[in-house]
Amino acid sequence: MSRLEVLKTYKIFIGGQFPRTESGRYYTPLDSKGKALANICLSSRKDVRNAVVAARKAIGPWSERAAFNRGQILYRIAEMLEGRHAQFVDELMRQGSSKVAAANEVNLSIDRIVYYAGWCDKYNQVVSSVNPVSSSHFNFSSLEPMGVVGVVAEQSTSLIGLVSLILPAICGGNSTVVLASENLPLCAVTFGEVIHSSDVPAGVINILTGSTEEMAVILASHMDVNALITSNLETKLSNKLALLSVDNLKRKFDYEVNWVEKEKQALHYISDLQEIKTTWHPIENVGGASSSY
Amino acid sequence: MKKELNDNWDYSSSLEAINHIQLKKKYNLFIDGKWIAPSKNTYFKTINPANEETLAEIASASKEDVDLAVKAARKAYTNVWSKMPASERAKYIYRIARLMQERAREFAVIESLESGKTIRESRDVDIPLACNHFFYYAGWADKLDYAFPNRKIESLGVAGQIIPWNFPLLMAAWKIAPALAAGNTVVLKPAETTSLTALKLAEIIEESGLPPGVVNIVTGFGETGAAIVNHPDINKIAFTGSTGVGKIIQKALVGTSKKVTLELGGKSANIIFEDAPIDQAVEGIVNGIFFNQGHVCCAGSRLYVQEGIAEKVIKKLKQRMESLYVGDPLDKNTDIGAINSKEQLQTIEKYLKIGLDEGTEMYQPKCTIPKKGFYCAPTLFLNVAQSSIIAQEEIFGPVLTIQTFRTVDEVIQKANNSHFGLAAGVWTDKGSRIFNLTSKLRAGVIWANCYNKFDPTSPFGGYKESGFGREGGLHGLSAYLKLS
Amino acid sequence: MKIKSHTSNKIPVSPSIDKVGVEERVARFQSRSIKNEAKKQGLNLVLSMIDLTTLEGKDTEGKVKQMCYKAMHLHDHFEGIPQVAAVCVYPSMVAIAKNALRNSSVKVASVATGFPSGQTSLALKLKDTKFAVEQGADEIDMVISRGKFLTGEFAYVFDEIAAVKEACGKARLKVILETGELVTLDNVRKASDIAIYAGSDFIKTSTGKIQPAATMQVTYTMLMAIRDYYDETGIMVGMKPAGGISTAKLALHNLVMVKEILGTKWLSNEWFRFGASSLANDVLMQLVKIETGVYQSNDYFSID
Repeated sequence: MSRLEVLKTYKIFIGGQFPRTESGRYYTPLDSKGKALANICLSSRKDVRNAVVAARKAIGPWSERAAFNRGQILYRIAEMLEGRHAQFVDELMRQGSSKVAAANEVNLSIDRIVYYAGWCDKYNQVVSSVNPVSSSHFNFSSLEPMGVVGVVAEQSTSLIGLVSLILPAICGGNSTVVLASENLPLCAVTFGEVIHSSDVPAGVINILTGSTEEMAVILASHMDVNALITSNLETKLSNKLALLSVDNLKRKFDYEVNWVEKEKQALHYISDLQEIKTTWHPIENVGGASSSY
Repeated sequence: MKKELNDNWDYSSSLEAINHIQLKKKYNLFIDGKWIAPSKNTYFKTINPANEETLAEIASASKEDVDLAVKAARKAYTNVWSKMPASERAKYIYRIARLMQERAREFAVIESLESGKTIRESRDVDIPLACNHFFYYAGWADKLDYAFPNRKIESLGVAGQIIPWNFPLLMAAWKIAPALAAGNTVVLKPAETTSLTALKLAEIIEESGLPPGVVNIVTGFGETGAAIVNHPDINKIAFTGSTGVGKIIQKALVGTSKKVTLELGGKSANIIFEDAPIDQAVEGIVNGIFFNQGHVCCAGSRLYVQEGIAEKVIKKLKQRMESLYVGDPLDKNTDIGAINSKEQLQTIEKYLKIGLDEGTEMYQPKCTIPKKGFYCAPTLFLNVAQSSIIAQEEIFGPVLTIQTFRTVDEVIQKANNSHFGLAAGVWTDKGSRIFNLTSKLRAGVIWANCYNKFDPTSPFGGYKESGFGREGGLHGLSAYLKLS
Repeated sequence: MKIKSHTSNKIPVSPSIDKVGVEERVARFQSRSIKNEAKKQGLNLVLSMIDLTTLEGKDTEGKVKQMCYKAMHLHDHFEGIPQVAAVCVYPSMVAIAKNALRNSSVKVASVATGFPSGQTSLALKLKDTKFAVEQGADEIDMVISRGKFLTGEFAYVFDEIAAVKEACGKARLKVILETGELVTLDNVRKASDIAIYAGSDFIKTSTGKIQPAATMQVTYTMLMAIRDYYDETGIMVGMKPAGGISTAKLALHNLVMVKEILGTKWLSNEWFRFGASSLANDVLMQLVKIETGVYQSNDYFSID
């Protein structure tokens, strides 16, 4: 007699915990053959709120961590993902990918995480500047994370689109509230489990499943979300979110990008989610003393 | 032995000469290198806020006029400006900078006449900075590849630019110089109360031989601005002004491909610690809030003083305010000039009343205020709480709220407790504390042991509802480029 | 005006000074435009505040006498020109100057305490001071021990000033900080506070032997120390920038500082002096130019 498989309960990921949605609601996305994938949490307005609270709490310590340390933690995500390679391939295949495509997507995701892990302690060097002002002041501009970033994951992929948006955000010290692909949510939840085991502090990445539009509207209008990134979103929804974002002047970026392409990773995905801060301080020139050369 | 020479040694008035400036009675629109009468033939008066006398009549541009300007800008972009070698573009911008420098004093006088700002500031700050801005960005035109490594760089096309009345020429320079350097053409609208220096700049542009249509100046009111924002053939909107209007613009641009930068309001914190260089800090407070009558988006309008020195700082601040001269902007000894418009004066007075109603203590030094014109005495509000309206909303006048604090963490929290995030000041002798604060304050510009410093090389712009995008420096170029 | 006596026994904590901020503040004073009546009044005021000075090894009776005459008769071709405040000489010349000025209100100030370096014993400094006073000096200009100051022996500097003050008796004491050797404005402020709290009646920038001397930045810093002391105690202390102020314009900008920092109460030679030798003629030329409308030449102004 064959062994009865233990099925996984797909839960959401908020503040380092895996609660069920507080609403108790669920939905059942179908696989490519029309069979039910799993019962997935249909996150509510309150789940979004809780996720934003968790992300806000996490932003201070995360952004103040040594960049080198952030790099190590991001690299740790890649290590953990590699260890679960088969599970992600399996989930991608259940959601309709071919075996080759699934393996490619997981490989690319891992490599992309490694790519952004490397950027953690470098992007600020590349984009910062010392500005030669005319007065007797030292003046420099450097990058700071925007804060809480809402991430509306790409809808047509389950893993790579998600990874491609989350990583540059957290690489730059932001915390995130991520809305999984509505119809392909499995990898998002499992990615939450990877994060959970990767030394990423609680609240830096929060992942919700459910109706993308319903949740995205809450995120876009939330006054405590600093930026919103979306990808390949249909125009009508994208415009709706853009309008809602105006109230607190959320920075909004919509990337029309095919994330499966290998080269779709770059510095500017990090710097888009950074504020430029310029600092001035006087330089005393005592008694006109000349420098030593 | 004491010879009684005089009692008070009041400075005699020292008025800047105005006989050398050239102002026309009536100004048309500068479109396609020509001065064109507005299609509806409507003009409005621009006045000197110091005495309410009319300076000139200014054309009011209609939607059709804006369309004409955009067409001219598009034509110039397609046929001339985008095809010109970048090094030639640079030379035009350099030439404009030089012509501005040659006529700097005339610009300064006109700026003071129309905006109400003191001649000391327009002469020593606004105009030189505006010239320097052109000079700085001119050199970028043929070096853009170095600014954004690994990116493909293209100009955007036609930039629509809407600027405020607080730094009329300087804001025009902040907008036009990087736009041209990046290879765009421009339709710029100055604020309705301060059109003249932009129009004088148009004269210089004409004189410089810049190809017609590369820069177009359309004057008018909000509807003219709206026509720019909503014009379908504009690729980029740059706006400096109030947060309210900024949001309207941002909403109007949803669904379009127009790139946008917004430089909006602020309520910036100026923080004084016990170990601060106290006299320089007091001076920084004065410059932070009374510079340009407080019509400064990054004005240090919320003062936080550590409790141990609060009494001393306030005493010194009051003493310092006694030596501020309020009066004729054209008097070289005037420290605080005229409020830009009657409307703005009413807004400020509304807040003064709110402050009094909130039970705070108001202080104004003894000063003589001219009977004619729009003036406001420099004002302190003491015993202010974080929850007071006057400590939260942007007043845009010479009005400072003062709060005390005890610890570093407390003041960081309070300073960040605002929906704005444009600038902040920190005064302390301790280096490690400066860096603690400068990294934790959520604002785009941090002045440590100084305040209200500006430079073409220094990026300027805010966090949160103070807008997005940066102006100035290398970072200011990206607003005018398509990077891919 | 009552002359204060206010020696205290504490060395105060001085605030830190940001030099760039001071430079900006000073530039702001310099942007004041002094025209017409204000200029005329200011220039007359400047003349009345001058300590006409000769401090040379080659000083002689003849030189001092001639200078004293000039002190009383700056420019007799012109009516209403005030006399200077004082002449400033070495102790050996005090009696000569005192005699020459006996029929005037011009004071005699004498440098003392091993001027200009101050590198001698306290005993000799006190003797030097007492000698000058006995010779008839109305005012004593002492130097502080800069070496001691720079090695942090603030109490020594303080006590020395207090001792000299005592030795001065009725003569007013001006304490020379020699700011050119103190180098930083933080030091200038610290030394100002020490001098003031130790009982000096005036603080003075420089000996005139060291450059830089009375820069506006230094004078500003010292004026702020006077201001703070006044706010705390209600006691007025005088200020004397010396060395480097040779033009009318610079002198007027100094007056602007005094007026805006300390108030018009300080705008008299009771509380403010210029230590200068060539300033008077430039001021005179400006005054004559105002009256005549014609630019002047040095050839028409005496150079005693």
